[in-house]
Amino acid sequence: MTLTAVPPREKLVEMYGTMVKIRLFEEKVFELYAQNLVPGTIHLYTGQEAVAVGVCSALRRDDYITSTHRGHGHCIAKGADVKRVMAEILGKRTGYCKGKGGSMHIADFSVGMLGATAVVGAGIPIAAGAGLSIKLRKTDQVVACFFGDGASNQGTFHEGINMAAIWSLPVIFVCENNLYAMGTRQSMVMRVESVAERASAYGIPGVVADGNDVLAVYDATLKAAERARKGEGPTLIECKTYRHRGHSRVDPAKYRPKEEVEAWLARDPIKRFREKLLELNVLTEVEIQQIDREVAAEIEEAVQYAMESPYPAPEEALEDVYA
Amino acid sequence: MRKITYREALREALREEMRRDPAVFLLGEDIGRYWGGAFKVTEGLAEEFGDERVRDTPISESAIIGVAVGAAITGMRPVAEIMFGDLTALAMDQIANQAAKLRYMFGGQAKVPLVIRTPFGGGVNIAAHHSQCLEAWFMHVPGLYVAVPSTPYDAKGLLKTAIRGNNPVIFCEHKLLYPIEGEVPEEEYTVPFGVADIKREGEDVTVVATLYMVHRALRAAEVLAKEKGISVEVVDPRTLTPLDKKAIINSVKKTGRLVVVSEDCKTAGVTAEIAAMVAEEAIDYLDAPIKRVAEPDTPIPFSPPLERRVIPDEKAIIRAVEEVV
Ligand SMILES: Cc1ncc(C[n+]2csc(CCOP(=O)(O)OP(=O)(O)O)c2C)c(N)n1
Ligand SMILES: [Mg+2]
Repeated sequence: MTLTAVPPREKLVEMYGTMVKIRLFEEKVFELYAQNLVPGTIHLYTGQEAVAVGVCSALRRDDYITSTHRGHGHCIAKGADVKRVMAEILGKRTGYCKGKGGSMHIADFSVGMLGATAVVGAGIPIAAGAGLSIKLRKTDQVVACFFGDGASNQGTFHEGINMAAIWSLPVIFVCENNLYAMGTRQSMVMRVESVAERASAYGIPGVVADGNDVLAVYDATLKAAERARKGEGPTLIECKTYRHRGHSRVDPAKYRPKEEVEAWLARDPIKRFREKLLELNVLTEVEIQQIDREVAAEIEEAVQYAMESPYPAPEEALEDVYA
Repeated sequence: MRKITYREALREALREEMRRDPAVFLLGEDIGRYWGGAFKVTEGLAEEFGDERVRDTPISESAIIGVAVGAAITGMRPVAEIMFGDLTALAMDQIANQAAKLRYMFGGQAKVPLVIRTPFGGGVNIAAHHSQCLEAWFMHVPGLYVAVPSTPYDAKGLLKTAIRGNNPVIFCEHKLLYPIEGEVPEEEYTVPFGVADIKREGEDVTVVATLYMVHRALRAAEVLAKEKGISVEVVDPRTLTPLDKKAIINSVKKTGRLVVVSEDCKTAGVTAEIAAMVAEEAIDYLDAPIKRVAEPDTPIPFSPPLERRVIPDEKAIIRAVEEVV
């Protein structure tokens, strides 16, 4: 892989810390779920950390992202506070959405996280709209729009990307291709090898990135962001990745061949990045362990905060319908 | 006072709000300089404000609304046009699940100042895909406002309120109303949401009607007054969400009789909601059963005699009024 620029040490360390934060956060959510402390369902981001962190590390704080049902990682990578993300997942009043959204609908507008939508593909035109808003307001922000391989079969994919393309909107469409939409393999529902090929239908660049290599994702995003900020329009980046767990809480993912799972687990993005950082002499084994411990403590704190937070009062269900 | 058409009144509202606030912009299919909107509401606006702010889009209803939602939550005030009301069906997820719910789902973080203008209604023989009145679909979605202007005055004033507000509004226009003329002051004014207008005062029967049916109700009232000596009060809610319950109930208190008229299917429609509301909250004031004048539960047919059969006319309104007095 040839990088445009290897990020500075500080950035690399931060990226590593954020990936670990997402991993430990999700493992914690899984644990709480098993204890019946999480209402509803959950779609864990475990295994895809390099995508959210690679993309968001290449963005500025005032840039926007849109997210999906598998969105905890996007939120954390964009800079949301894990305490309030955890509180939202537990349905607490201190959560980002005061307990009205839950796992599939988290937003933190203060860091440009415009929210997760649980309707597969619905975020694509919304991201294009944020891009149009940027263009009309004449700022140099960009939008990164996360969605899955399954979402790329929605009409909104076609309509939204086409509109962003014809108007040269500053949007980076990030397809997280984890090979499956629930139990549906990509090959069952697409004749093309990669979603990125579809970019040619809109006259925009389509790039395939190793979605388990945070630096590759970072690099592809930097290029796309630069292009977008210059007014040259959107890019479609397809990040090939894999979810380590089932689709949602109840899914044992039996439809995935064992060898496939093992091959992808061997390509664990965090393990790979750790090795890379050691190889580049960015961090020592001891420093890595130190970071892991600090992050674990932060997650513990978030759990405690969320657990101790009150539930919303029932009457709060009637608030926030209209502005 | 000067008279202008409903179409001109809408255009004036758009023009004035675009001059007033650079965050306001328009998007939709063929709304720009080459066509000026299928019903010519936006004619001339691209020439004044440019193609960036009067934006022609591909035929992509879902993305038109989705893009408008994305722009609205990031500081703009989009006014989207959906060429025909029936076609809101293609954008229904973006309208009902996204625009309407983002604020709530995100615990009040999002503001969605979005207006969706669209023409509803039959009477022009374009059949089932271009003639429905679907206001009730949107009344059923918390988070949306539903405006139903019946006159040029209301059209202008309500559109200004819609554009300045911070919530998604389904702004229902009616094809037969575009050419009608009415008094509209030169001076600046707005019409608030949730305030009904008594279009004609009367003593004997309250007729609640919206959009084009207001005009049919007024003509029916004229006939009933002249020929039968029945005094009809015509109440136009002007917005269905929020609904001015008080105005409707006050009128029922006075007349003791209610006929609800709407150009949509009877089942689970506009008339059902208003009748149920009065039955629940004001039944003690009623001296007769509530009558509903609405469409039978069919698609809108093409052939003129067929279409005339299903859309409520003056005669149907007159019959209903006579039945309750
Ligand atoms: C429009 C829509 N259809 C179906 C569903 C149910 N559903 C939830 S997630 C999902 C699969 C999505 O797959 P993909 O886009 O690849 O994302 P991933 O779950 O792999 O992250 C489905 C079918 C939904 N939420 N929305
Ligand atoms: Mg997938």
